[in-house]
Amino acid sequence: MSETEEPLRAELTVEYPFTRTTGDVIGAFMTGLREKRIFGIKRQDGGVLVPPLEYDPVSSEPLTEMLEVSQSGVVDTWTWVDPPRPQSPWNVPHALALIRLDGADTSMLHAVLVDSPSDMSTGMRVTAIWEEERVGHIADLTGFVKEVEESDS
Amino acid sequence: MTESHPSPSPLSKKVEIPESIREVEPVRSIRSPVKLVYDFVPSPPVQEYLRSYSKKRILGHRSPIDGAVFVPPRGVDPRHGVLIDEVVELPDRGHVGNFCVTHLPIPGRDDLDTPYVSAWIHLDGANVGFLGLVAGCDNDEVHIGMRVQAVWKKEEELGNTAENILFWKPTGEPSIPPDEAGNRAWDHDK
Repeated sequence: MSETEEPLRAELTVEYPFTRTTGDVIGAFMTGLREKRIFGIKRQDGGVLVPPLEYDPVSSEPLTEMLEVSQSGVVDTWTWVDPPRPQSPWNVPHALALIRLDGADTSMLHAVLVDSPSDMSTGMRVTAIWEEERVGHIADLTGFVKEVEESDS
Repeated sequence: MTESHPSPSPLSKKVEIPESIREVEPVRSIRSPVKLVYDFVPSPPVQEYLRSYSKKRILGHRSPIDGAVFVPPRGVDPRHGVLIDEVVELPDRGHVGNFCVTHLPIPGRDDLDTPYVSAWIHLDGANVGFLGLVAGCDNDEVHIGMRVQAVWKKEEELGNTAENILFWKPTGEPSIPPDEAGNRAWDHDK
């Protein structure tokens, strides 16, 4: 290679168009998302996993009791995404957060739309917003926004 | 249909589907494509190899250990872990070492009619094969040991890419005996 030449380069893409079967538990979770509902699964000690798992992460017991949880919850921790990624639900900077929904004992990773990082804080309350057209996919849940505080009650 | 499979009991128990979704069509599969887009910068020997394609030249590397010729040139003999810097120019002729007839289209390659034949092309003077398409004859006629030569793009379309070779066509010369074709030749050398 002569030193005056620019190195050759090329943009390459590796892509696999996977379709995976869900099984009963993840299938019910995805079915729920299509119906604008969020389901978790109960552990033997009564704790609720959201998203649901097929087996208890500690005891390895099969889990079977699915139940619906709230569409609002608390931000456990978060990070700021700027610029937005190709798979981001919005074309603007946003947060990615671990969100513990009311009724759940674990937190779920999803996007939160606020104007700036200064609008984000651990412990803030958020609520789900949904896609108009839902197919049974995690992206049916567009993401979360700040929960509107109820007027004095 | 999950119902048609025997349950792998006792690992699995019947899942209680929540009542609110019992009457709707259940989701049984999801699409989860994986995609990685990356910027590829070839190593210096491969840079030289690719640039030579624009002059319709195919370069290889000769091992200092036993003279084996590798194509594409990678700068090393992977069998011995030694660096190679001896470049050899190879002819655009060789034979089919192995081949495969594929009936499924490649996404994004609308120019490629199915079924097509891909093959390990063993250039005269090279000790390893490299991949190419075989055309210019019926797929049924392709066989191990068949002599082939490169069909290049038009001069004005040549670039720094192995895609300059559109495909490999039969030369009509007598075939290599199958047990001497491809990497089988390695055994004969020893």
